[in-house]
Amino acid sequence: MFTRILVSALFAGFLTGLIAALLQLVFVQPVLLHAELYESGTLNHFGDGGGGAAAVPGVDLERDGLSVLFTTLTYTGYAFLLVAAMALAEDRGVRIAVRQGLVWGVAGFLAVQLAPALGAPPELPGSAAAEIGPRQIWWFGTVGATAAGLALIAFGRGWALRGVAALLLLAPHVIGAPHPDEFIGPAPPELASLFAARALGTGLAAWSLLGLLAAYFWQRESKRAEGMVRAA
Amino acid sequence: MTAQTQSRTGISAKLAAIALSAFIGLAIVTLAGHVQTAALHDAAHDSRHAMGFPCH
Repeated sequence: MFTRILVSALFAGFLTGLIAALLQLVFVQPVLLHAELYESGTLNHFGDGGGGAAAVPGVDLERDGLSVLFTTLTYTGYAFLLVAAMALAEDRGVRIAVRQGLVWGVAGFLAVQLAPALGAPPELPGSAAAEIGPRQIWWFGTVGATAAGLALIAFGRGWALRGVAALLLLAPHVIGAPHPDEFIGPAPPELASLFAARALGTGLAAWSLLGLLAAYFWQRESKRAEGMVRAA
Repeated sequence: MTAQTQSRTGISAKLAAIALSAFIGLAIVTLAGHVQTAALHDAAHDSRHAMGFPCH
């Protein structure tokens, strides 16, 4: 069992991570680098002469290499969690065909990226933000509550459980994410909204792929394990 | 009786494998996305922002 999860998660997570990193470098990183020019004071969007004319830096092998490494690592971590959840569901009699992987992936995106983004949108460097500790606690709480709520909707029976699911989905947003006392970040709002949208868009693409690949490799490893039992 | 014991062992071994995998996943995500040690934070900076983790 553990080997099956390990192999499926490593393949699905690594492949997804590489593609996600590529999407981020093409669509997200240029917005981040542009915003850093405002953070460093090279550009200023208040008053005259603050246009976006300064050149945005291009590829930086060391910096971008580290981003590829950490994005791949992160999606490998997500793959372990996703395949573990698939294994648990299948143990309870839920069949997971490759197509269903898409739903699992989108549900993962809702729990890990969209739900936290409702209170704490993906932030540009140079955005004003509250203390890091409470925001991380809110992030973990939101991801956990959303994942549990979605699981109850998908697999729970009866209206009582659905009610609990609705409460779990709503609670993080009723409580609310920690926000700074005042908004004094130097980054232009136009770049901040573009950054948040691009981060979520690449996240949805990556999570959809992760779900499909996780289901595919999980099925493949399960068949292989069955074949070995039959051969023995 | 023996069969029952065996299937019980099978189930708990499965659950242990699932729990271990989930723990590994959580550990990797925490390390790559959340730990604030300066070296880790700097190396993971861009990817943390791009994946919507609280960063600074």
